[in-house]
Amino acid sequence: MDFSSGMGLILLIVGQCLLITVSVLLCLAFLMYADRKIWAAVQMRKGPNVVGAFGLLQSFADFLKYVFKEIVIPAGSDKVVFILAPLITFVLSLVAWSVIPFNEGWVLTDLNVGILFIFAVAGLEVYGVIMGGWASNSKYAFLGSLRSAAQMISYEVSIGFIIIGILISTGSLNLTKIVMAQDGHYGLFNWYWLPHFPMVVLFFVSALAETNRPPFDLPEAEAELVAGFQVEYSSTPFLLFMIGELMTVVLMCTLISILFFGGWLSPFPFLPDGVAWLVLKVLFFFFLFAMVKAIVPRFRYDQLMRLGWKVFLPLSLGWVVVVATLAQFDIPGYARWVIEGA
Amino acid sequence: MQASEMAFYFFSVVIVISAMLVVISRNPVHSVLWLIATFFGSSGLFILLGAEFLALILMIVYVGAVAVLFMFVVMMLNINFDQLRSGFTRYLPVGLLIGLILFVELSLVFSHWIPANSYDSKIQDSTIGDVENTKQLGLVLYTDFILYFQLAGIILLIAMIGAIVLTHQRKRNVKRQDILTQIYRDPEKAIELKDIKPGQGL
Repeated sequence: MDFSSGMGLILLIVGQCLLITVSVLLCLAFLMYADRKIWAAVQMRKGPNVVGAFGLLQSFADFLKYVFKEIVIPAGSDKVVFILAPLITFVLSLVAWSVIPFNEGWVLTDLNVGILFIFAVAGLEVYGVIMGGWASNSKYAFLGSLRSAAQMISYEVSIGFIIIGILISTGSLNLTKIVMAQDGHYGLFNWYWLPHFPMVVLFFVSALAETNRPPFDLPEAEAELVAGFQVEYSSTPFLLFMIGELMTVVLMCTLISILFFGGWLSPFPFLPDGVAWLVLKVLFFFFLFAMVKAIVPRFRYDQLMRLGWKVFLPLSLGWVVVVATLAQFDIPGYARWVIEGA
Repeated sequence: MQASEMAFYFFSVVIVISAMLVVISRNPVHSVLWLIATFFGSSGLFILLGAEFLALILMIVYVGAVAVLFMFVVMMLNINFDQLRSGFTRYLPVGLLIGLILFVELSLVFSHWIPANSYDSKIQDSTIGDVENTKQLGLVLYTDFILYFQLAGIILLIAMIGAIVLTHQRKRNVKRQDILTQIYRDPEKAIELKDIKPGQGL
């Protein structure tokens, strides 16, 4: 069959989309299990250990449980928006994977504004939260969604500035080119984490806040807001919210690996590059996310806002100026323009 | 019909219908949601024109930030919509008159308008050679149009400062939290341990 045009091309694209979707969702099932296991280990509990060997199939059991429950839609809710909100969260977090390069050439769409695309999609995710909270027609859900929306928008700003620093160093918005710019003879010392070191920490913390993970899980804050915008959701819509959020977390881990830690590049010059390195890096950052969840206590809301607007925003904005200056004077490590003619 | 042409008509129909629904919707939150759909359609048109940078900036700025603010305002405002709609019949003649004037003006313009056979022939490729759209924008924005770029920035800055000055009120009798004093407060100064004999009190 001809896969370069017509029906064959469409089949090929659909196949690739399915491959990415299925593998991401399958990985997610085990990552969710890992998240719970790590959390349990820190608190000296056993965690899920009943379904399957070592509880490995726990996520699948949970999935079946959620799917077979009745969907309860509150009588006073705006029904269409109520159902639309979890769908938006889920679909958007899945769509972002279409521009992620897993290996050299292993990318569904090699968009030349790939990082901007991810940024736009991450920015739209706030709608799932707002719409869900508003459509529930409940005080708690609405307060939770307002908090969450303000938080997500605040930290998006600093994430944007951090990304701009990387873009100045690379001279391209293409994710593959960002990874290729980090290639060199010194293995892991060629990656952007070294020249852009302060921003790695900032990006990690902003990613925690952006994905509403602890210690910034104020939208949920079960102690004061029950479960924030999700309080009226049950069954499959709730599952979609949950999967969507976790998928965004994994996406952020992947983004840190690609932007600062060389994506699929091998950390040692004598070992070959490959997709395995990207998976290892993502797993490492997911482990960090899980550990933060277990160890750090929750922030107060005003502290969160202060951190976002008064600390992270000036720091990341200043860093853009610093990087731009260093790149202008061709300081090694800051200007790695692989494109020609600039 | 070409795929790009189909996409053009799809996005155009989405824009027109959702723009109409922005006005027609009874619930203002729905109006904002339809407005977002309109933005989506416009950014789709930008992508068809090969201006992917503009398309995504439209998405980030308008959908990701401006429309969220709209949404916040609309959700928080406590408007009585029955009251707003009560004067419908009273304002109808004026509205119809304005509509009629607009219709006459537009039909005067469009009567001389000869549509091209295909929209494709009218589109200029927004890329020159191999240089991608984003880089091109950067090349002209920071060289030829630097003055306008800076002026736009200054105007926005002034608008922002103005909005803050107009709305910011410093109240006298409000207790404020000082984060630094909170951080540097140590237990030795804050807590005092006293050994109290029974029946005596402090």
